[in-house]
Parts: sequence; structure tokens; C-alpha cells
Amino acid sequence: MAIKRRTFLKLLGIGSISTVSVAGLGNLLSQAEVKAVEHKAPEGALKAQRWGMVIDVKKCIEAGSDCMNNCPAIQACHSTHNVPNIPDKKKEIKWIWSDSFEHAFPELRDERVMEHLSKFPFLLLCNHCDNPPCVRVCPTKATFKRSDGIIMMDFHRCIGCRFCMAGCPYGSRSFNWIDPRPYISKVNPEFPTRTPGVVEKCLFCYQRLDEGKLPACVEACTAKALLFGDLNDPNSEVRQILKERFAIRRKVELGTNPSVYYVI
Amino acid sequence: MLEYALKGTKKYWLWVFFLAILILIGFSFYYQQLEVGLGITGMSRDVSWAFYIANFTFLVGIAASAVTIVLPYYWHNHKVYGKMTLVGEFLAVAAITMCLLFVVIDMGQPMRVFNVIRYPTPNSILFYDVIVLNGYLILNLICAWTVLHSYYKGVAYPSWLKPVIFLAIMWAPLIHIVTAFIYQGLPGRHYWLTAIMAPKFLASAFCSGPALLVILASLLKKVANFDIGDKAFETLGKTVTYFYLVFIGFYLFEVFTVFYSNIPGHKAPFQYLFIGFEGHAEWVPFMWTAVVLALIALILLINPATRKKETTLVLACLAVFFSAYIEKGIGLITGGFTPNAFETVTPYRPTFPEAMITLGVWATGFLVLTILYKLVLEVERRKNLAVKLQKN
Repeated sequence: MAIKRRTFLKLLGIGSISTVSVAGLGNLLSQAEVKAVEHKAPEGALKAQRWGMVIDVKKCIEAGSDCMNNCPAIQACHSTHNVPNIPDKKKEIKWIWSDSFEHAFPELRDERVMEHLSKFPFLLLCNHCDNPPCVRVCPTKATFKRSDGIIMMDFHRCIGCRFCMAGCPYGSRSFNWIDPRPYISKVNPEFPTRTPGVVEKCLFCYQRLDEGKLPACVEACTAKALLFGDLNDPNSEVRQILKERFAIRRKVELGTNPSVYYVI
Repeated sequence: MLEYALKGTKKYWLWVFFLAILILIGFSFYYQQLEVGLGITGMSRDVSWAFYIANFTFLVGIAASAVTIVLPYYWHNHKVYGKMTLVGEFLAVAAITMCLLFVVIDMGQPMRVFNVIRYPTPNSILFYDVIVLNGYLILNLICAWTVLHSYYKGVAYPSWLKPVIFLAIMWAPLIHIVTAFIYQGLPGRHYWLTAIMAPKFLASAFCSGPALLVILASLLKKVANFDIGDKAFETLGKTVTYFYLVFIGFYLFEVFTVFYSNIPGHKAPFQYLFIGFEGHAEWVPFMWTAVVLALIALILLINPATRKKETTLVLACLAVFFSAYIEKGIGLITGGFTPNAFETVTPYRPTFPEAMITLGVWATGFLVLTILYKLVLEVERRKNLAVKLQKN
């Protein structure tokens, strides 16, 4: 029996559609690429179960206004990570910066308490939350949590949807509204610069930890106001100071469980 | 059928040409945005979503509202909506097209859009939004196109379409619920962190969508001699009225909770939007315009005489549409980001390029709508002609 033209075309159509879709689906599932090797810290790297930071604001005051106005920690971080210096406040990018008590802890604002606390500068940065809303909302896993608690950013996967910025209750994330490169005074070739249209933030110097070094801000702080260590290790320096001094974290009521503590 | 869109009167081509110009202007500004980055908009580190996402949210509502026509017609066999159904479904298609465009133009790296599919992330609400929006677009295209084509052929629509139509009906509220979930699950954004967000979204969608349909139907009656019938206008008027009342109610429930509980963080966005906050009152005139429009709409809608008269109904619907657009299109997003995480205000105002790109997207939506409506009108005209010829 001769096959009808119509039937032949139908079969041809079904055949080619299914070939293409099977190939496409297979491609999609295998993601058509070699699976990335899981990051293994090199020898000599600093390791922890959960990295955290303690900021002793009293030491900032003791270091004097000169130190506070030209904070070496902020400068070290921003020059290490090629953070541009964009004068327009609306478009600025910052990984670590200083703000007042009432802005850092708006829910604790109180005129009488402020009489004492308003003079302290509070260094603000990504809190590397144990329960990060930014990671929860990211549609591409461009921002993700490492097993040692560091919240990472993949600048090459980020689609720039800025859902993470809406999700972060700490205003820790910056977006590259324009090309940041013209605003970098001296490029550090050891760290990537960014393209317009991606989000960035503090990464707890994961690259320095791999080299066995402390984060740039911690190393640069002349007042020794920044302490960095394993929050899960009861003998770590950060745990020692938390045992002795009164510490607060930002917006704990939101359940994000920040890894940055402020001792007053 | 599509060839019908290529034959039209001078007026038709003038309108298409006008839209094409707006699209070209929008596209030229978008090209600039691709070159420079989203920095050409008024968005900032603190207000990181704004006009684009606001328009997206509003239009998801318009798209979902097709269900207020399709459900009575197909589920309850409400014959009055016979002519209205295709108009509603094609409006949904145009609205979703605009939604998808707004999402893409809001992205910092639009070339990477397929990363959402390449790295599926079910813990992100955007993952579900991509599924429901694209699914809804396809469902509505299938339903409306098949029904129109069957009508064109003079046959009943095929039986396999019925389950697809029912799926589209159940799918419609989902797209707006998922869109509300983008906002209402974020810690630290007080204006959004409320369980009533999704119901409020649905209520405002189900009044602003039918309101737009009343306006469009009235226009079609004037310029194209396509009458959906007085009964259809009357029923649409009732739909707009009830859902508008529900929406106003939901908004006031929110106001009660916020101000009676007296929690500063929750009060701040309302204060910013309606009376100003720490010396900033950028959007206060807009919000009060919405309130005045709402009052006008309520008076015209609740009074049966003005609701049943087409001219006053159209006026009421314009008031509903624009008040909903201000509330969802401006208040919702700026209110969510202002005051910011530090309880300070970074004012947001859309820039000229941002407004032109937005206008370009709306023009694209209207072009899609024009072409689809042209097909409906042409098929209808030919049917009437055939009937007339047969009678002679």
C-alpha cells in the first residue's frame, strides 16, 4: 500500500520534532557541560565549620576619628576586590562601609540609648547568614552557600534580576548599574573586575582564606577591631570574645541568623 | 486567518504606524540601556526594582483577569459573554507578552535569561513564575486561536479543547498568586510581608482587568462597529464593582493592621506613600490621586443608574484602571523599598529613557492586541456578510 503524502509528512514532522526535543531535553538535563569539580581548599588554607566575624566597635572609637574617617579596613577591601568608587550615591557599590547605630539597628532606635551609641561607627558588610534569604530567592544558584558558611556570588551566572537585593534585609548587596571599570583607580589583577548588570557583595575573602590569609579588612584594621574565626569552634578567638562581652547582631528577629557580631 | 491583519482601512494602518513609531523609540532607548546598563533608569542601590517590575506586576493581573470572562462563559455557559470571550483571551495574550518583555528588559544580563532554565532552582519563586507565565501564554493562545479558527470555518470547536480551556481557567489565578509570592515572602520588606498580598493582587486584578475590557469594548463599538451587547456591559460592570469593593476592603484591612498595631517599620511605607517620611514625599500626590479616583469610581459604580449607563460606566472603569495602576504600578514597588533596610529614604523617580522604554513595551502589547482583535473583527464581519447574503 502506497503511503499517502499527508501521512508521510505527518510522520516526518512527528519524527523530527521528537528527535529535536529528545536531543534538547538530554542536553538540558546533562546541562551540556562538564560538571564543575567541587571546590576543595588547597593545602595551607584556613578552614572552618562556619566562618564568622566579630566587630569590636569600642576599638574603633579608641583608634580616633582619623582612623574612623579613613578606615583602612574599608580601603583594603575595596582595593583588593576592585570595588569601583562611583560618586553617584544611587549607583554606588560597596562591600564594607561604616554607618551609624540608628541605621545599622533601626529597630533598636531610642533617643536615650542613642546618647551613648550614636558616637560608635558600625562597619556593615554581608552578614553571611546561616539562613540566607538571598540564596533562597536566587533563580539560577548564582548566589549560594558554601559548607563553611560563606555566601558566594558567581558573577558569570548572575542574570541581574536583583531578586537577591530585594531579599536581603541588610542592604548588603550592590548592583552594577553602569560599567564599573572606569571607576577603579588601580586594578588588582588577582581579582576579577565585574561587568555591568551583575550583583556583588562581600565574599569573606574566600580567595585569601585559600592562601592561608585572613580577610583583607581584618588584616588591614590597625585598631584590631575586626576578629575573624570559626563560630562553631569554642576555642576560637571570636568565641572567646563572645563569651566575655555583650554582642548584638542585625535584625535577628528575621531568622536569618547572621554570622557577623558587634560587641559594644 | 492571519492575512486579515494585512488588509485594513487607512485608520487601521495609521494606528499601526503610530504604535510602530512608539516601539521604535522604545527600542532605541533600550539599545542605549544595553550599551550603558540599567544605570540609565532611576533605580538605585536602595530601590533596586521599580517601574519595569511594577508594570510587569500590574499586567500579570490584567492577564489573569481574563478568567472573569472565560469562567462564566465556559463553566457556567453564560451566553452573554459570547462575543466577549475572545476579546478577553486575546487581551490576556497581549498582557502576558508585555509581562515577559518587562521581565527581560529589567534584567542586568538579558543574554543570560536561559540560565533560569539551565539551572532550574525550585526554591526560587521566579522559577515558578517563568513556568506559570509561559504556560498561561501558550494556553490562552491555543484556546483563543482554536475557537476563532473554528468560528471562521463555521464549525464547533474541537472537543479536545474543553479540558485545555478548564486548565486555562484554573491556571489564571495561579499566575497572580505566584507573582504575589515573589514579594510577600521576603523578610525585612514590611510593605510586602503580608498574607493578604495574594488576595489583594487577585481582587485588584479582577476589577482593573474587566475595567480595561469595558473601555476596550466601548472603543471597539465606536471605531469598529463590534458590539458585545448591553447585557455584557452590565455584567462586566457588576464584576468590576464587586471586586473593586473587595480590593478597597483588603487595602483598608492592611491599613488597620499596620496602624492599630503601631509597629514603626510597618507604618513607615504607608507614611512615605501617603504623607511623606523624613522630608520625602515624592509619591504623595500620586497616591492621593489614586484615592480620589477610587472615590469617583465607587460613586459611579455603586449607584445602579450610573453603572448601567455605558458612558458613566466607562468613566468609572477609567477611574478604576488608573487608581489600580497607581496603587500596583507605583505604590507597591516604591513602598516596598522605601524606607530602605536602614530606615532611610532614597527617592526614586523614573527617568525619561525608562519611561520611553516602558511606553515602547505598552505599544508592543497594543500592537499584538490590535492584530489579534483585527482577526476577530474581520472573521465576525465576514460571518455577518455571509448571513446577509444568504438571506437575500
